[in-house]
Amino acid sequence: MTASLLDGVLNGSKRALARLLTNVENDREGVADTLAALFKKTGKAWTIGVTGAPGTGKSTLVNALAKAYRAQDKTVAIVAVDPTSPYSGGAILGDRIRMRDLSGDTGVFIRSMATRGSLGGLSRAVRDAIRVLDAAGFDRVIVETVGAGQSEVDIVRTTQTTIVVEAPGLGDDVQAIKAGILEIADVLVINKADRPGASNTLRSLKAMLELGHPASRTQLLAHHGQMLAVENPASQQETLWLPPLIQTIANAPAHESGVDELIKAIDDHRQFLMDSHLAEHMEHQRVRIELYDLLREALMAQLMESLPGNTIESLVQQVYERDIDPHHAVEKILQVSDQ
Amino acid sequence: MKNRAIRVLIAKPGLDGHDRGAKVIARALRDSGFEVVYTGLRQTPQMIAEAALQEDVDVVGLSILSGAHMTLVPVIREAMDAQELDDVPIIIGGIIPDDDHDRLKTFGVRGIFGPGTDTELIAKHIRGMMNPDREGTA
Repeated sequence: MTASLLDGVLNGSKRALARLLTNVENDREGVADTLAALFKKTGKAWTIGVTGAPGTGKSTLVNALAKAYRAQDKTVAIVAVDPTSPYSGGAILGDRIRMRDLSGDTGVFIRSMATRGSLGGLSRAVRDAIRVLDAAGFDRVIVETVGAGQSEVDIVRTTQTTIVVEAPGLGDDVQAIKAGILEIADVLVINKADRPGASNTLRSLKAMLELGHPASRTQLLAHHGQMLAVENPASQQETLWLPPLIQTIANAPAHESGVDELIKAIDDHRQFLMDSHLAEHMEHQRVRIELYDLLREALMAQLMESLPGNTIESLVQQVYERDIDPHHAVEKILQVSDQ
Repeated sequence: MKNRAIRVLIAKPGLDGHDRGAKVIARALRDSGFEVVYTGLRQTPQMIAEAALQEDVDVVGLSILSGAHMTLVPVIREAMDAQELDDVPIIIGGIIPDDDHDRLKTFGVRGIFGPGTDTELIAKHIRGMMNPDREGTA
């Protein structure tokens, strides 16, 4: 079964591709073997993350971006992530509404994904989905996610070029300092640039970018609040990438939408990473983070397996009754698992 | 961690612009724990089949209020079959005369829900339709 799915994906079967993505999302048994078999075929696509607050026009921009890539004869896969309801576990995945222009084009593949329960689980699912789409031969893989929290930020950072989308009227420049996502932008887009207030937004974002220290961005990648320090092999001069500020009107006709400028900015960023050898460096860093993530998940699973069934629940009760504090409860769990 | 959510496509084929019903259903299914791929208004049969294919949904839900169900459903079924989605069932919400039900069933329609149907009933119906072995059978 696994072998036929793998063959299907490599031979261009959309059904097999869609099913493998489902299995990746569900972490279905046997999917690890399929991913292992695909792994050597990955690394060809350029991956692009698109994030920003709700309502900034991310989906419309991704739609325009995909159309522009198609005009260059490049194939495009899109992974559009929408939030899962914390109450019901359900989700409404509505990004396709803005991407209807892409329908009927066999060079485009759109997949919607819900954030579901666990942070680690989503990062894993998105990373593996990108690999599957990469192995399936798409030239560009675009991941779109709501930039509303650390988890989404982490996911977008699994890509090679990160685009942060802003729009006029969402807050003053202090909001821009607060929003940590500005710092992760390789390319900053002000969408809806025809709206009133666009020039103010442009001005304040420009000011914010000038305040930041651009060279620091490539040296540290914060992850789940943990900073991983890495030695930067390139010199300071080579690593200086100032995120360009691109104004777009994603729903305007192609020649006046600014999307060509955006494509150029992405290409420039890619070229910069290649020339400065930062691409390698960043890839090492992404792999490192992924290994930490997977290790954390595996250790947690192993630990849970080793515990007698009621360990956690009985400690929950003890903490509730103030018999023990949470820190010592965790120590106790570790002691039990050691035995 | 094993995650398994039922994925439902909610689409509105044809030209009428009344999408309130589709949105109510999408929202209700979300609240019942489904992952709802919502594609919105004026979907062609090809768009519906393509979305169902790429999203690997378990069921396709169509909202049809225009009375054109006997025209639309066969064409949508055909477009889905052309994408090898012959095992994916269709459910319909809208105003569908009783006389048409039997004929619609021949196109793989596994549920028809008129105005005022309790949304919990629809959720329950979809759960009941699911083949527990569906995954991995590509």
